[in-house]
Amino acid sequence: MRSARMPVKCSSCDAQRAALRRPKTGHSVCKECFFHAFEEEVHHTIVSAKLFQPGEKVGIGASGGKDSTVLAHVLKVLNERYHYGLELILISVDEGISGYRDDSLETVKRNQQQYELPLKIVSYQELYGWTMDQIVKTVGLKNNCTFCGVFRRQALDRGAMMLGVNKICTGHNADDIAETVLMNFLRGDIARLRRCTAITTGSEGAIPRCKPLKYAYEKEIVLYAYFKKLDYFSTECIYSPNAYRGHARAFLKDLEALRPSAIMDIIHSGENLSVKEDVRMPVQGTCTRCGYISSQGLCKACVLLEGLNRGLPKLGIGKHHKLHHKLLAQEPLSEAETRKLKVVDF
Amino acid sequence: MKGITDLLSIRRLGRSCMKCKEAPAVLVIRVGDAFCKSCFKDYFVHKFRAMLGKNRVVYPGEKVLLAYSGGPSSSAMIQQVQEGLSRDAPKKLRFIPGIVFVDEGALCGQSWEQREQNVSEMQQALQKTSFPIHIVPLEQVFLLPRSVLQSSLPGNAQHAENYKQAVNSFLGQQRAHQENELSGIADELAQLRITGYECDNNLANGSSYSCPPAELTSALMEIFNSARTLTAKLELLQSLRSHLILHVARTCGYSKVMSGESCSRLAVRLLANISLGRGAFLPLDTGFSDDRYGDVVIVRPMREYSAKEVSFYNRLFGVHSVFIPTMETKAPDNSSIQHLSEAFLTKLQADFPSTVSTVYRTSEKLNISRKEITDENVQQERCLICMCNLDTRVGEASAFCATQVSQHLSQRRPKNNAEPTRHSEKQCCNSGQCCESAASCSSSVPGTQDFLPLLCYSCRVTVKDVTFVSSFPPYILKEAEHRSRRLEMRREIQEFLLDEGGGNM
Ligand SMILES: [Zn+2]
Ligand SMILES: [Zn+2]
Ligand SMILES: [Zn+2]
Ligand SMILES: [Zn+2]
Ligand SMILES: [Zn+2]
Repeated sequence: MRSARMPVKCSSCDAQRAALRRPKTGHSVCKECFFHAFEEEVHHTIVSAKLFQPGEKVGIGASGGKDSTVLAHVLKVLNERYHYGLELILISVDEGISGYRDDSLETVKRNQQQYELPLKIVSYQELYGWTMDQIVKTVGLKNNCTFCGVFRRQALDRGAMMLGVNKICTGHNADDIAETVLMNFLRGDIARLRRCTAITTGSEGAIPRCKPLKYAYEKEIVLYAYFKKLDYFSTECIYSPNAYRGHARAFLKDLEALRPSAIMDIIHSGENLSVKEDVRMPVQGTCTRCGYISSQGLCKACVLLEGLNRGLPKLGIGKHHKLHHKLLAQEPLSEAETRKLKVVDF
Repeated sequence: MKGITDLLSIRRLGRSCMKCKEAPAVLVIRVGDAFCKSCFKDYFVHKFRAMLGKNRVVYPGEKVLLAYSGGPSSSAMIQQVQEGLSRDAPKKLRFIPGIVFVDEGALCGQSWEQREQNVSEMQQALQKTSFPIHIVPLEQVFLLPRSVLQSSLPGNAQHAENYKQAVNSFLGQQRAHQENELSGIADELAQLRITGYECDNNLANGSSYSCPPAELTSALMEIFNSARTLTAKLELLQSLRSHLILHVARTCGYSKVMSGESCSRLAVRLLANISLGRGAFLPLDTGFSDDRYGDVVIVRPMREYSAKEVSFYNRLFGVHSVFIPTMETKAPDNSSIQHLSEAFLTKLQADFPSTVSTVYRTSEKLNISRKEITDENVQQERCLICMCNLDTRVGEASAFCATQVSQHLSQRRPKNNAEPTRHSEKQCCNSGQCCESAASCSSSVPGTQDFLPLLCYSCRVTVKDVTFVSSFPPYILKEAEHRSRRLEMRREIQEFLLDEGGGNM
């Protein structure tokens, strides 16, 4: 059977033999044309959405996973090919969990050498004064997920601020965005639904974040890494499992199998939703202590840190917004308040 | 059959009605809401009136066409209208109803005998109403005039801010219409000859439903065989059915169409439509009132009832529904995006019981972005097939353009590599330049490429799944040709036009 198969010619150059079928368009293309198309598409995204200004210092969130590895590679290539004039820097976060990060950080270090990009590893110790291992020791295993979720979300921003970076790029791909649209729609989170297709977010207070791979299919990212022989560390999704996200992901995979364009179709839907003007949106302020986006006076991370530092680890796990003004004013807490927060009942 | 077991278990509730606090409750519609039979009826009836009253879109004396599928929800809707019109009803409804049923039997391979059988069962179920019934075989799409696809600007009535004013102006129009009756009849006769559709095709009184010509049935099958995916077939069916109903409404003077989707059905539609790229149109596709056609407005008065409430009501009060198989029924979950969405939502609803209501409430917060519509631009700013405002005039930084760039890049490497990604918006969005194929230009048979510029994002995706666009019914092909010519003309004279956004497109 195999011998009977005719070699398919690349639909793009009509010269080379096709090496793959593009998951996004269904076209059979050769390796070189695929690289070209993939890179040009990212370039188109960057130029059309005006993601960068010449001279900017751009941090690439590098986890060692496939998305950020491909992102770093493509940005490096395009920055040279099209003279973006960007200063690129890889930023990795080390949570300080012994054994956990070793492999992925090794990958990031190898990437750095291959791409000749500067790498900065920021540790929780540096950012928060606490490693994840120390936190677990203090608060117990049961509550540490509150900490790791909140701290991880901010770590990249805090690291970038330390390094004086103008913008952060993350490796979110089209699948991630489509999945988020579905999830926010199903959960009825209208504020996030409106924001989640934006290619750049958080321009006030925090450092703007952008997603140059917004229109790149996850499967094409894997193909690109595979054919470019890029070295990546395959981590499972590190975020705590979320029931809705899991469902949305499975649904999206089923949709894609039926109609490959469904991923882009959902993003198109998300980009063209129009929210009624009289629907109230939560006001977004910034944390008075660290400048991170927060709807409260103090952001969640700062409240958690305050709790850790005062020896009251339950602060920030429950609802203790009433205490924020006291924390802000550096006032001592009453005895009753202290008692409530100290008891750690694992 | 889940409905029956629910009902049986509920019969032994052993608590009293939350409303009257006296009669024993026979059903629970939501956690904690237990009703006795009579209070449930009040609740159900009140909801219907309140829905129409709150939105104030139906005027006294207006002709309203009730879209009937045989299913529980549209059966309940017709029963509500009948009840609301009856003399003893407080807050009597005061419009003039008719019923339309589209016979799609050909699509699921039914013989003429089976289709006749469906129709007679349906007539039996509707016997009590004595409303005029318009039964239209889907094959009639081949006789539609191309004007069906043109949105008419709504009369002043719909735009008047004051309800009373609107009612008066509506009544005034009606009087004027009656005075013009004589000339009107001539017009209608002319129309009939073109369309083959007879408005007085009132089959309520047992007259026979005549078999559509066999060549129309096979032409119809050709369209659907030409669609490669069930997803596309279902989208096409939806559009053709809407066009037919719109045509019946227009030729018979109905200015409103009531469509009976329940909240459960609409939640599925919402999820499916997001997945089909129809995000911009969710408020029209699923909202209470849908004015995309201009002169005929679709309203959805059943949208706040859950499928469960409807099935309770129908069982308790003897509302008969008729099971008529369609292309939507009996297909595996993963056979189309529509089926997949339904299966997914049903499963999610089982794990998270608030899913359907959350999705429904999310949709209530959405809005349709409206552009100023003038008489001149009203046709060409709209999608040829679904008749919504085109959602393809979007900037470069969009999923729409990114897709076109991908298509472009994987088909033919740009010859001068100087500035390979500086697509201007025009270049990107005119399909002719993005996906040129030699075949479509030379022949006179319309190809997919000729259609794309006339369609919204989602209808483009649908049409790309169709092998022979030329099998579409003549009214679509003719209108497409007309609009393509206008587009072509505009391209030629573009540099002389002073007002870019203004009336000419
Ligand atoms: Zn090639
Ligand atoms: Zn955790
Ligand atoms: Zn803070
Ligand atoms: Zn009662
Ligand atoms: Zn359309």
